[in-house]
Amino acid sequence: MTIPLLFVIITVAATIGLGIWATNKSKTGSDFFVAGRSVSVFWNASAISGEYLSAASFMGIAGLVMKFGYDALWYPVGYAAGYLFLLLFIAGPLRRFGAYTIPDFAEGRFDSPAFRKIAVIFVLCIGFFYTMPQMKGAGLTMATILHWPYFAGILVVGAVITFNVVQGGMKGITLVQAVQYWMKLFAISAPLFVLMSVFGGYATGLSNSRIEPIKVPDFTAPKVIKIEGTAPLNVLNAPTSDPIHITFPDGAEIAKVTSSAKLEPGTTFTPLFTVDKSALIPVADYGKGFTLPSGAAINCRPQSVTQPSGKTVMTSAKFEFSKPTSAAFEESAPVPNAPTDGKWLNPFGGLTSKHGYPLLYTYSLIIALVCGTAGLPHILVRFYTNPDGKAAKRTTLWVMVMLGAFYVFPPIWGTLGRNVLPDLYVSGKFDSIVIRLPELLENKTMGQILSGITSAGAFAAFMSTFSGLLVSMSGAFAHDIYGKMIRPNATIEARLKAFKYAAVGVGVISMALGLFVESFDIAQMVLWAFAIGASSYFPLLLMGAWWRGLTRQGATAGMLLGGFASLSAIVTTMLIDKKVVTLSVSPLVRSLMEQPAIWGVPLSILTMVIVSKLTASSIPPDVDLKMLRLHAPEELGHSLDYID
Amino acid sequence: MSTDHKAVENELHPDTVALVNRIMRRHAALSVRVGLVFIVILIAIPLLNLYVPRIVTSDVAGFPVPWLILGVLFFPLTWVLSAYFVKASEELDAQIIKDEEHIS
Repeated sequence: MTIPLLFVIITVAATIGLGIWATNKSKTGSDFFVAGRSVSVFWNASAISGEYLSAASFMGIAGLVMKFGYDALWYPVGYAAGYLFLLLFIAGPLRRFGAYTIPDFAEGRFDSPAFRKIAVIFVLCIGFFYTMPQMKGAGLTMATILHWPYFAGILVVGAVITFNVVQGGMKGITLVQAVQYWMKLFAISAPLFVLMSVFGGYATGLSNSRIEPIKVPDFTAPKVIKIEGTAPLNVLNAPTSDPIHITFPDGAEIAKVTSSAKLEPGTTFTPLFTVDKSALIPVADYGKGFTLPSGAAINCRPQSVTQPSGKTVMTSAKFEFSKPTSAAFEESAPVPNAPTDGKWLNPFGGLTSKHGYPLLYTYSLIIALVCGTAGLPHILVRFYTNPDGKAAKRTTLWVMVMLGAFYVFPPIWGTLGRNVLPDLYVSGKFDSIVIRLPELLENKTMGQILSGITSAGAFAAFMSTFSGLLVSMSGAFAHDIYGKMIRPNATIEARLKAFKYAAVGVGVISMALGLFVESFDIAQMVLWAFAIGASSYFPLLLMGAWWRGLTRQGATAGMLLGGFASLSAIVTTMLIDKKVVTLSVSPLVRSLMEQPAIWGVPLSILTMVIVSKLTASSIPPDVDLKMLRLHAPEELGHSLDYID
Repeated sequence: MSTDHKAVENELHPDTVALVNRIMRRHAALSVRVGLVFIVILIAIPLLNLYVPRIVTSDVAGFPVPWLILGVLFFPLTWVLSAYFVKASEELDAQIIKDEEHIS
């Protein structure tokens, strides 16, 4: 695996080098590298797109499309749609207002330094949620190309990026991000054309799933696959289409055997399976779990079960392992854990119907993505590298084009993955698909080169996003917490020092959090960051820009209530998935907890309206002036730069 | 009306308040108009998928229609909407400047 490693090292070295070069260059007075005053719309848009396309876009969407099929297409759609929403309702007014960060807007709009403090808490909270998936991307990429342990990749990558930010190498951020966009676009598209010429095109891949809706993909060769020993990846769902024979070369410790399909309460079900060498296993222990000796095999047969409501459902056995296990599969065996072709190809498959409320789940997902984009701490800042509102809007148009051009490709990876690399359904490592797929080529050198290109793209993805987040979050510490709360008289040097300490601190915390999330999907984690942003910042920005009656108290109450309610719903969901807590709630409540945006956003807005009406006396007296600054064209001369 | 900063302290001249209202209304109308088209599309896609199964089972050039819409065609749609919005909002700003200068 030396070729991919080489590509990664070149990417990292080039990023650091480019950053240092651009930083030095900026001292010569060129504005381009500092704030982008004279940057052309095209390069500025490249830089914004470069920062927006994170590990979730580069690795996560492809994996999620392979895992869930059609439903996962909402992710790229939502990421792009979110940007459009930002353009329509928030970008223009905020650029005119001259506030560069959300805490700046919070203070400037309500003349309340206290409100700035609350806004900072959310910058950090959303920031940390967004760094976790980037860290997972780093750990997974290194584990895939170098077979390092998961934690080692996180430590090395996290340390390198943190070092880079502390060094001040991020001053050259505009140029680095712009170059990284084009790298990512090349890395996600070019290898695909080679792969499609070998494994078949996009439409062919999709029509393979058209033939018989109840089929699942088959193994193309005998395979031994490692299964994790911790929830939620420790599961093997026997296929419901055909019988299967699974051998465990090193034995297995099975904690539980249940039904692979979700059954209504009160359904009688006995999993149908036989164990070779079954004399060794007391049959009475099947329900509780049992241990298989080395070389033992299980035969499973799907069965039709009639539920109390009269509906029949096809199901088979679901095994949960208590230790990492190797499982061997024969050639042309149906792939366990894979959704059937019908569920994969058609709307309302495995992702949105998980808890039985597909429409609710779909809309909540859309709301989180569309409203959440505005709440990401590193997105709005980038937007203000435009000289005026007009350039800002034109830049955003270009960003839409660049993002759209990129987002067409990840679903193609997912489709190819389902056809030629179904092993991932068993191991659960869907996020590694863009790196693993090229390795299947007959021409090994070509495979290594293409895999090197995608690895480099993945690195560009989490490096640019993590760097951007680290700068925003450390900035929040140094500027808002240290500079405004702890030592208001601190000198510039002291603040710079605080920024560096904060960067180290935030970097270390991010790495620690990254270790905790190996079993979660990258795209799912990103969605959680979006959901919290959607219920806290989005209402603040939308209402703050368009409703004069919003008071400090109303905005605070809405943001805190919406934000924290969503946050607690999400943290609880994470703990349930990890089996840290067991909580039995109805499927409806479970859907609403996993996708909180559909109630979080209205809750937040409603709270803002009600509390603002009750505290109408504290509407800022100069609210009309503020509205003038938010909405009047610059040429009328009402805009001010709030931040010097 | 006055665009002089010194005159615009805490209490705005009633003319200026009226100006703010006019500008906000025109911008809001444009944003809401484009936003509504977009929101209607976002709401309609899941509903069509659910209630018009014929769409789900039809193909265009080997692509299932829902997949073609969401995985490919959606992105050019966002380009068209944002291009229209950017153009219209530039025209609107130019119009506002012309109108207000005319008044003063």
